[in-house]
Amino acid sequence: MSDVWLTIALLLATTVFVRGAGPVAMGDRELGRRTSGVVELLAPALLAALIVVETVGGSDGGIAPDARIAGVAAAGAVLAWRRDRMLTAVFVAAAVTALIRALL
Amino acid sequence: MSLLRNPSFREGFHAGIPFAIASFILSTTFGVLAHPVMGAIAPIVMSTIVYAGSAQFGALAVLAAGGGPIAAVLAGTLLNMRYLPMGIALGPSIEGSAWKRFLVGQGMIDFSWAGAAREGGRFDWRFMLGATAPAYPLWVAGTAVGVLAGDLIGDPDRLGLDAIFPAFFLALLLSGEVSAGRRAVVAALLGGAVALALVPFAPAGIPVIAACIGALIGLDEAGRRGAAGEPEELEELEELGELEA
Repeated sequence: MSDVWLTIALLLATTVFVRGAGPVAMGDRELGRRTSGVVELLAPALLAALIVVETVGGSDGGIAPDARIAGVAAAGAVLAWRRDRMLTAVFVAAAVTALIRALL
Repeated sequence: MSLLRNPSFREGFHAGIPFAIASFILSTTFGVLAHPVMGAIAPIVMSTIVYAGSAQFGALAVLAAGGGPIAAVLAGTLLNMRYLPMGIALGPSIEGSAWKRFLVGQGMIDFSWAGAAREGGRFDWRFMLGATAPAYPLWVAGTAVGVLAGDLIGDPDRLGLDAIFPAFFLALLLSGEVSAGRRAVVAALLGGAVALALVPFAPAGIPVIAACIGALIGLDEAGRRGAAGEPEELEELEELGELEA
């Protein structure tokens, strides 16, 4: 098997495992108050982290700040104006990023 | 199948369409970048059976830099490790057998998981599967388009396509999560700050997992509610016992 197919096979195995492990370990049960207080805030914390990493992160780890920062900021400006304009914001982010890369 | 007719599933499906379009564009990028490294068939197979955006890009980056399969899998797996806490959060809301919970977990992607979060730490897993449903075929289709049309598209970064996902997650955060109240804003700021502090030197994937720390301010929320006069000390003691066990 080539390296590429070995990578796909092994990554498939670990991905299926990490997606399934949490739900299997935590069965059908009521959350206590403290636990639910934390779980409730996981989504905003994780989303914010994903935004940061995908805006300033390099393709193989590390930090690589570039035009994406201006693109995502422009998306933020669109959303400050109209919160429900998701696709507009995404389009503006790509356009601003592309424009800056073309100019620099 | 009754799931497809379920109102939550349908609601999720509709909510998932904009994200599906963004997925299509980003997976086109994946196809373009992966073609010279992995050939024509492997990227499409990978998108079909692995279906994990950041992990696919992470593994690809290692292979493209001349790294071996073990290093590539390690990078991809680290990027996927956030699914562990996400799944632990999701699990208690799925009724039924362990096998069913395992299968539902396979439908977890960042967008649909975050969109399925409800008050009190519960999740609407039918909504989650509905929101993943349109994104999956478009992720696969986009990969194929990227592989086939790579020469026409050229360098995807030139088109600013790598800004699409962070912009989309920002829209998701501002429209849904942050409107849930001041504590969600604080958790988001903390999570973002932790990630930013770790990005320069931690291996890819770690900053996002570490950002879960931001959610721990929820412990205090529970304490504050308790102080409002509800007799719940016993319950909290039981919970602590569970955590230690």
